[in-house]
Amino acid sequence: MSIWEYANPKKFLTTSEKVMPALWVSSAVLISAGLIWGFFFTPDDYRQGSTVKIIFLHVPSALMAINAWFMMLVASLVWVIRRHHVSALAARAAAPIGVVMTVIALITGAFWGQPMWGTWWAWDPRLTSFLVLFLFYLGYIALWEAIDNPDTAADLTSILCLVGSVFAVLSRYAVNFWNQGLHQGASLSLDEKENVHDAFSSPLYVCMAGFALLFLALVLYRTGTEIRARRIKALMARERLEA
Amino acid sequence: MIALLLRDLKLALRAGGGFGLGLAFFLIVTVMVPFSVGPQSELLSRIAPGVLWLGALLACLLSLDRLLALDWEDGSLDLLATAPLPLESIVTIKALAHWITTGLPLVLAAPVLGVLLNLPAPGFLWLVISLLLGTPALSVIGTFGAALTVGLKRGGLLMSLLVMPLYVPTLIFGSEVARRGAEDMAVQTPLLLLAGISAASIALLPFASAAVLRVNLR
Amino acid sequence: MPDLGKYADTVLSAYGASLLLLAALVVLTIWRGRKVRREMETLETRMKRNG
Repeated sequence: MSIWEYANPKKFLTTSEKVMPALWVSSAVLISAGLIWGFFFTPDDYRQGSTVKIIFLHVPSALMAINAWFMMLVASLVWVIRRHHVSALAARAAAPIGVVMTVIALITGAFWGQPMWGTWWAWDPRLTSFLVLFLFYLGYIALWEAIDNPDTAADLTSILCLVGSVFAVLSRYAVNFWNQGLHQGASLSLDEKENVHDAFSSPLYVCMAGFALLFLALVLYRTGTEIRARRIKALMARERLEA
Repeated sequence: MIALLLRDLKLALRAGGGFGLGLAFFLIVTVMVPFSVGPQSELLSRIAPGVLWLGALLACLLSLDRLLALDWEDGSLDLLATAPLPLESIVTIKALAHWITTGLPLVLAAPVLGVLLNLPAPGFLWLVISLLLGTPALSVIGTFGAALTVGLKRGGLLMSLLVMPLYVPTLIFGSEVARRGAEDMAVQTPLLLLAGISAASIALLPFASAAVLRVNLR
Repeated sequence: MPDLGKYADTVLSAYGASLLLLAALVVLTIWRGRKVRREMETLETRMKRNG
């Protein structure tokens, strides 16, 4: 019994079908529990007022935005090294989820920044590197969409993912450096982690777990869809061949 | 290898090879900037380093689609791939040829355009040095993008989308050097980082480009 | 409803936008999944019939 058994599409489909209901339910329960707890039963922050409640969406989505890319990187590596199709398709399935998570993180951040920093957007290192991550996601998805041959597309996108990861990390540090050069850190460098009180952290952990499970459920479901779409392509090709 | 380099240079310099187009684009972008932001000279001199860097980057980007596409269309890329030369050195040569025909003229033209934008006197030296160090990275990264999209019919726009995020660190450090130089500040740190990015890209990216090209030629 | 004070609009719109996006993601995912699965099944039965 090893993890590579799931490289077999059929095996992957039957197993993921069995796990998925539990994932859907538990992620829905955890997210709603965490958000309800966070929204209704946490106190206001003495400086941020009620805007502190946005953290329960902002931090989990930002976390998943980065982890989705990381998962794509691992899946791409598995495809490049062991050439399991399921792995390449899982990377493809994860990308749009990562985009949505990035957008949620950016939007909630903008809503929070408007009253707190007095601006929707600032070229703060964190915000900027998230915007760059968003661009990387767009490029990755666009490359998948542009290529017809599925194996070529998988190869090219996984190499792009590898190279892109290196450059994404580089950009993160470059952006850090660049902003220090422009202004002094000042109020924008407010670290969210530092001033989180216990009253906020427990529902936050629940939300993070919920988002992680939701991501897992979505990836499994979408990978299944991609596998079936691939099979449709193969069947249609065979039909044309026989006709 | 040298024969290949000479061939690429000759093709680029020949009429219709597109040599000079990048340079003309650089010029026209720079001329358009005062029209869009206004002619105040102190504003122009403040944004000049960044504008010149961005202009050079865009000129580089726009000339990329000719880098491999022409050889792809007439089949000489397939021939080159079967040549005894490893594909890694072929893409390096291609990037070098691109740099000589696009990057180097941009570096040489930048000071002249700096005069147009009222670049402060100490900035000229650092602008040229930063471009000299940065444009090779732009060429090598661009070659990777060109190799990714070489088989696609409308690859140009897609390539811009793919290459631009990869240009972010180079652009940041490069224009930082030029900006600090223009404001008479210490440039050492961004200069070293820029040089590091260039060196690492030149050393490592040809392998990725060659791998991608092999997939596309399959 | 908890008292959100003067930031009510901010908090509510952030929650609204995020939940909307999440819901859209889930709905689109499932909608496409169902469609592809249906297509595959019709194709498979047709192939079986035709041998």
